[in-house]
Amino acid sequence: MNRETAPTDWKGAVMQKRIASRYGAERRFKLFGLGAVLLSGLFLAFLLFVMVGNGLRGFTYTNVEVPIDFKAMPLTVDAARLSDPDADQVIANAGLADIVAFAADEALGTDGAKMISENAWKEVRTQIKADPELLNGKTVFHLPTSSEVDIAAKDGGKGAMGAKVDALEKDGKLSTGIHWPFFKNADATDPAVAGIWGALKGSLLTIFIAFLIAFPTGVLAALYLEEYAPKNRWTDLIEVSINNLAAVPSIIFGLLALAVFINWFGICQASPLVGGLTLALMTMPVIVIASRNAIKSVPPSIRDAALGVGASPVQVVFHHVLPLALPGILTGTIIGMARALGETAPLLLVGMRAFIGDVPGGICSPSTVLPMQIFLWSDEVDRGFVEKTSAAIIVLLIVLLSMNALAIYLRNKFEKRW
Amino acid sequence: MTMTQDDLTIADPKMKAEGVNVFYGEKQAINDVSIDVGTDLVTAFIGPSGCGKSTFLRSLNRMNDTVASARVTGTILLDGEDIYAPSMDVVQLRARVGMVFQKPNPFPKSIYDNVAYGPRIHGLAPGKADLDVIVERALVRAGLWEEVKDRLSESGTALSGGQQQRLCIARAIAVDPEVILMDEPCSALDPIATAKIEELIHELRGKYAIVIVTHNMQQAARVSQRTAFFHLGTPVEYGKTTDIFTNPRQERTKDYITGRYG
Repeated sequence: MNRETAPTDWKGAVMQKRIASRYGAERRFKLFGLGAVLLSGLFLAFLLFVMVGNGLRGFTYTNVEVPIDFKAMPLTVDAARLSDPDADQVIANAGLADIVAFAADEALGTDGAKMISENAWKEVRTQIKADPELLNGKTVFHLPTSSEVDIAAKDGGKGAMGAKVDALEKDGKLSTGIHWPFFKNADATDPAVAGIWGALKGSLLTIFIAFLIAFPTGVLAALYLEEYAPKNRWTDLIEVSINNLAAVPSIIFGLLALAVFINWFGICQASPLVGGLTLALMTMPVIVIASRNAIKSVPPSIRDAALGVGASPVQVVFHHVLPLALPGILTGTIIGMARALGETAPLLLVGMRAFIGDVPGGICSPSTVLPMQIFLWSDEVDRGFVEKTSAAIIVLLIVLLSMNALAIYLRNKFEKRW
Repeated sequence: MTMTQDDLTIADPKMKAEGVNVFYGEKQAINDVSIDVGTDLVTAFIGPSGCGKSTFLRSLNRMNDTVASARVTGTILLDGEDIYAPSMDVVQLRARVGMVFQKPNPFPKSIYDNVAYGPRIHGLAPGKADLDVIVERALVRAGLWEEVKDRLSESGTALSGGQQQRLCIARAIAVDPEVILMDEPCSALDPIATAKIEELIHELRGKYAIVIVTHNMQQAARVSQRTAFFHLGTPVEYGKTTDIFTNPRQERTKDYITGRYG
């Protein structure tokens, strides 16, 4: 090659400047990236800090000692009926609530009855049912306080109730413990007995139904489209429709479910069944897309190999393609399910935002779900629900994180290299 | 098409292609091929890239069926039976006409399961003991037994490239095929592994009818008894390997084997 121009001066000033500016660009890019990572880490840390700080309080509750002397204030019930199925009603009718309120007034001074939870007598009832002997003497009960007292106690004696709480604290009458009703009950108007279990069980049932419907249909649809369907205008149309379906705002699926499942098929409303069907509609396109990508990434050489020894198309799919695509399919499915678990909007329309005071018994009983419970509690006037809301958020996050952990575990377990 | 017909007639060909054309959509990839595959012979297809030799090979066990736009006309007979006839079961056909691919493609399963897969799906082994016998025989024939007999449960993909390719040959042999098609089986292998495969082809000759596609003319000369030279989808010359390489009748064949183009 013959050069017309002078040879390039690789060591000259111009080149040095180019090199310096190239290094500068590298450094800047690295810094920006690091900054972005730090910023998102900061947001996450802040979120977790606030949530955990508020939420942990929601898992505990303040109890107060109230001595009740059943000799002075006899509860007239037939001891034999205490083991009957309707014992709760019998005790309630005998006026236990009034006795407990009176005892609280006596023990805690004026407004004593307002310092214990309005459901505190139910705690007494439970203990009486377990041990009817209590009716014959004087016992000190640890009863849940009203939410005002609870909050004042947790805040260290601030607010209107502050002085009284301080006094009780000094006498050693207050105690704090894990709030078991929170893990056992469904929603209630009184924070002392409101629990997350109703919503958690509702969420788990709903997700289970959604998985049961969306997973097989989604995977089979993906397998058919990838392995069997001829490539023509119809399958193109189906592909575009599925992609669009995945992008449809979730509330529209709620409207569709209301029109089809409830108004047309008459499926029990506000139930995990109808909620699960709604979320299945919403998740299926996501599963189809994730599964198709996973199936596409199975190398064609494996298909050739199986066909080459005389495997039928179904055998190729079920012996080779599906097992190799499974990690990807499962990851996509669980991420779709996690999204569905956090979904509120479509469930508003199928009635799952109603106040449900009972833990759902089955897939057809009225129920709510975790994000909906968070929304409902955040709307409550009673200050006791503020920390319940944060506690519910922690529960939801724990469920979501366990699902993601499961996705990672399954992916690593089934992943094979070729 | 000119053929060196003298001495070429195979009395009882295993496979017989007559006037075969293969189309991909509108494009014709293979133009009027008539070739006999002898039972005891190794037949080699040579030619420059894109000349259609692989396409023709894949039409011999209907692997082209997986390509939606592919269309085959003409007749291909296996033991006198038309393999494109509606009565022919394609799954059975592929068991009888096995295939080894360009890139070693063992299943991501154990060595044992790789070889046992074919016999299992075709129900060739009634019990575990029978399957063990089949697997061992296939691995012995593929010259791999001594190297892997102590680690049959290890993944087939953990073997070296040459071993993987012999595993693929064992997998094809395990279903007891009548014909083995090899699509450039050595193009991804080093010279030592290639030599082993060639040796293996020599040993397998007589047990199976073998058809091999290769880019390597020396390989064709070494392993085959019949050679067909393809160019632009047309079979230019078909004859005894010795004739093709020492005394080609066509100018194009001569140019190709002397390296003037390709």
